[in-house]
Amino acid sequence: MQKHIKIIKTLLFLIGLTPLGWIVYDGFNNNLTADPIEEILHRTGIWTLRILLITLAMTPLKIITGSVLFIRIRRQLGLFTFFYASLHLTVYVWLDLGLDWEHFFEDVIERPYLTVGMLAWIIMLPMAVTSNKIMIRKLGKKWKRLHQTIYLVIGLGCLHFIWLVKSDITEPLIYTGIGLSLLIFRIAHYYHGKRIPNKG
Amino acid sequence: MKFKNTHKDCDITHEKIYKSRRKIVHAGLIAGAGLLSSTSTWSLTLPKPNKNSDFVIDGMTSEKDATTYNNFYEFGLSKSAPSERSATLITEPWTVEITGLCENQGKYDVEKLIKQFQVEERIYRMRCVEAWSMVIPWMGFKLADLIKFCQPHSSAKYVYFETLYDPKQMPGQHGRSIPWPYKEGLRIDEAMNELTLVAVGMYGKKLPNQNGAPLRLVVPWKYGFKGIKSIVKIKFLDKQPLNSWQAIAPKEYGFYANVNPNVDHPRWSQATERRITGGFSLFNSRIKTQMFNGYSDYVAELYKGMDLTANF
Repeated sequence: MQKHIKIIKTLLFLIGLTPLGWIVYDGFNNNLTADPIEEILHRTGIWTLRILLITLAMTPLKIITGSVLFIRIRRQLGLFTFFYASLHLTVYVWLDLGLDWEHFFEDVIERPYLTVGMLAWIIMLPMAVTSNKIMIRKLGKKWKRLHQTIYLVIGLGCLHFIWLVKSDITEPLIYTGIGLSLLIFRIAHYYHGKRIPNKG
Repeated sequence: MKFKNTHKDCDITHEKIYKSRRKIVHAGLIAGAGLLSSTSTWSLTLPKPNKNSDFVIDGMTSEKDATTYNNFYEFGLSKSAPSERSATLITEPWTVEITGLCENQGKYDVEKLIKQFQVEERIYRMRCVEAWSMVIPWMGFKLADLIKFCQPHSSAKYVYFETLYDPKQMPGQHGRSIPWPYKEGLRIDEAMNELTLVAVGMYGKKLPNQNGAPLRLVVPWKYGFKGIKSIVKIKFLDKQPLNSWQAIAPKEYGFYANVNPNVDHPRWSQATERRITGGFSLFNSRIKTQMFNGYSDYVAELYKGMDLTANF
């Protein structure tokens, strides 16, 4: 099992880097549309949401299948979410705004879609920092509560997407739907578990 | 002629229109005869356009970018869809219907219609409401010339335009992103402004389908969505028409849609823009958006005394 986990994690690491590799590849081949900054922003944003949804699906998958494998790879997925979110933010501040911080703070305060996007990243930060074994042990029960705020992140992330779309909100609504389903599953499971007396 | 006794209207109507109306009676007759007799084939490349040196800007967008990065929802919602999916659009033959409050109502073959006017080349900035911009060399004629040809009545205060509606040719129209057909409008003095162009070509070539072939509007001081593409109908009205984006989201898009860095879109800032130049642009950060997209000298007069925040 331990050996398998290592292989799986290595594979996952490579898979997690493919969206970035794809962007770099398209960049070298002049394939990032006429507006490459917009394209990179869009792609890193989309992949943040996608990987976040995959991360959120791990616990339900563990519950359904009973396999702890899903829990073992959850942290790695969560960190990839944070990685793409940070990339997204960096591209915005650095490439798009050209490090114009005044413009940045003005925008984040004035534009609700940017406010929620920024908020989502800020909420993720302590989760990323506390994702190691030492912090898990240190924080105990608090760790779980802290990491449950990830549901807030997916909510803000979807809102961020919905609010910036010009007309067709089908795609953000699909992500919102998946996120909601995962949340409902968790809540239902929580109450279901409470009704059944503890086996132990 | 109706307009001869409308002295009061003279105050409201743009002076140029009024003057031109006197000339067009004659011109209209000659042009009309020309439309009937012309038999030659589509030859837009023939009348070599005069390069208008008043409208030259540096930092032109590459032809590839301007023809592959388009908003033309009739072919799909992505920027690449129009160039990939617009081959289904048949632009020859093409008929434009001129109707409403004007003398020369009728259906006109576009090829013959274009021959009535002087086609020139002008390099204009194009600012999209999504906060990106391009610099494009258009070939076209002044909308003012076309309007003179139509001979609007003095009661005509607005010009309304409609894009083709044919889901077979425009597969994006199967979707319901916009209540089809796409509609746009201009106040008659805006339409008569010397900047307002009916483009029939770009980069020295016939207009590609994805850019609105065979003819489209170019209104450089307004956001790009005012530049309605693949026009089939022009109508003169006495009331302000509802344009498509205003119909979809009235709080976000207005009738005027003048480029204005001081009036933000409710959800994003319009103070800056990303200029698409065609070179390696990964490190081109935003530039400041100019009032009326840099065309204040030509158009500021049109909006004197108007609250541009309320009339966005």
